[in-house]
Amino acid sequence: MVKSTRLALDGAHAASTAMRQINPDVVAAYPITPQTAVVQTFSQYVADGVVDTEFMAVESEHAAMSACIGASAAGGRVMTATAANGLALMWEMVYIAASMRLPIVMTVVNRALSAPLNIHCDHSDSMGARDAGWIQLYSETAQEAYDNLIQAVRIAEHPDLLLPVMVMQDGFITGHGVERVEVLDEGLVKEFIGTYKPKYSLLDVDEPKTFGAWDMYDYYFEHKRQQTDAFSKAMNVIVDVGEEYGQLSGRGYGIFESYALDDAEMAIVVLSSASGTARSVVKKLRGEGVKIGLLKPRVFRPFPSQELAAALKGVKAVAVLDRSISFGAMDGAGPLYLELCAALFASGLGTKVVNYIFGLGGRDIFPEHFEQVASDLQQIAATGEVKSLVGYLGLRE
Amino acid sequence: MPEENATWKEATIGGVVLRPGSTVAYKTGTWRTMRPVHDTDSCTHCMICWVFCPDSAIIVEDGRWVAFDYDHCKGCGICASVCPIKTEAHEHTGEAGKVIQMVLEQD
Repeated sequence: MVKSTRLALDGAHAASTAMRQINPDVVAAYPITPQTAVVQTFSQYVADGVVDTEFMAVESEHAAMSACIGASAAGGRVMTATAANGLALMWEMVYIAASMRLPIVMTVVNRALSAPLNIHCDHSDSMGARDAGWIQLYSETAQEAYDNLIQAVRIAEHPDLLLPVMVMQDGFITGHGVERVEVLDEGLVKEFIGTYKPKYSLLDVDEPKTFGAWDMYDYYFEHKRQQTDAFSKAMNVIVDVGEEYGQLSGRGYGIFESYALDDAEMAIVVLSSASGTARSVVKKLRGEGVKIGLLKPRVFRPFPSQELAAALKGVKAVAVLDRSISFGAMDGAGPLYLELCAALFASGLGTKVVNYIFGLGGRDIFPEHFEQVASDLQQIAATGEVKSLVGYLGLRE
Repeated sequence: MPEENATWKEATIGGVVLRPGSTVAYKTGTWRTMRPVHDTDSCTHCMICWVFCPDSAIIVEDGRWVAFDYDHCKGCGICASVCPIKTEAHEHTGEAGKVIQMVLEQD
């Protein structure tokens, strides 16, 4: 049996290929650049009859997530995809999907939020949704976007979780960049994801249920506590599913990926596609004897506080690169930096950590930028002095 | 089904309500600031109020209007708005107008 096929796919087609193999019961989606290729390709699979999915071409992203919620409450396996302003328009329903504990899986092809109008990559869209109650997995490559999407089904539907999952890939850079992707045999994917058995179904006429009911001061608090409890169990599930997927595919997944971090005195922390550039710079600097490593978080929600603190324990200086700004936060820092600072502080580590904002609205990041970061880190590691918490890479100053 | 005042470990996931018809136990009548009153003599039992009432608070038996369910009527006034039948002098308010009229809760 052919275990996998090597194909040339961009990230969007990698996602729609995973969706085809998952063959969800319902996909409700609205096209938006740079996600369009995901649902356009998938709708062609529906038209060609290669999937059994009911595809709902809805009038907006708000309607898309609303339809996903209804279909998931009915007991279906449900997927969608969006980006940027589409995710923003979904906002109300994004929270409702999570709070109703519906294991919907959504690809987000990261794109900058308006205004000014921009279609290129940054993480302002999904980072804005970081407190919505969705698990968030960030992908570096088209391969990871494919692999994460398949694992997301298992993670979301795990009986201890019942949490929706967002799988991110960088707009255009990953979404429209063609790469080599190992596509698993469809039968193996179907076996891996299994059949979804919903805990409750809206269509259970013998034992009728009410979903999304009135929930006042007497119960709302308890239901929020349940959500955070599910997140406390999510990390173990994500790790288990990642290991099992590794046995199946040869590509195991953990909470984060580290490169040259074991004996590192300095570390760069960055999500998604920019970590590829970072890795090549770290490799070069290691060749020159610089003790620097890379940490690429895969899981942002739940935030792996203890795991990241443990991984960075021996490091003197850390640079966190954020592709979005948490406006009004400490020194205008980005969300990854803020969360990591909190995690290191709670672990009792006094590590020097600085933040660099980069790549907003699709601004390119080059190896020189990472070299500049490494140079700053060497200065901080040597002197213990941080001149400024937040810097900007590739900005005209 | 969790008991009253279930802890977060006992409450159903996502607030799913496992018992059908549980809204009957939730008395929404206390929200009311105005209540509908009905003129029995002039009512033709057309049932338009029953059709439009969003809270199923029009009690009907054998095709005839019987009472308002004041435990659940929120006083929205839709029944009074849609009521098509006129009366010269309403049995509660004494005023000419519709068979269903709204009065202040304390009146």
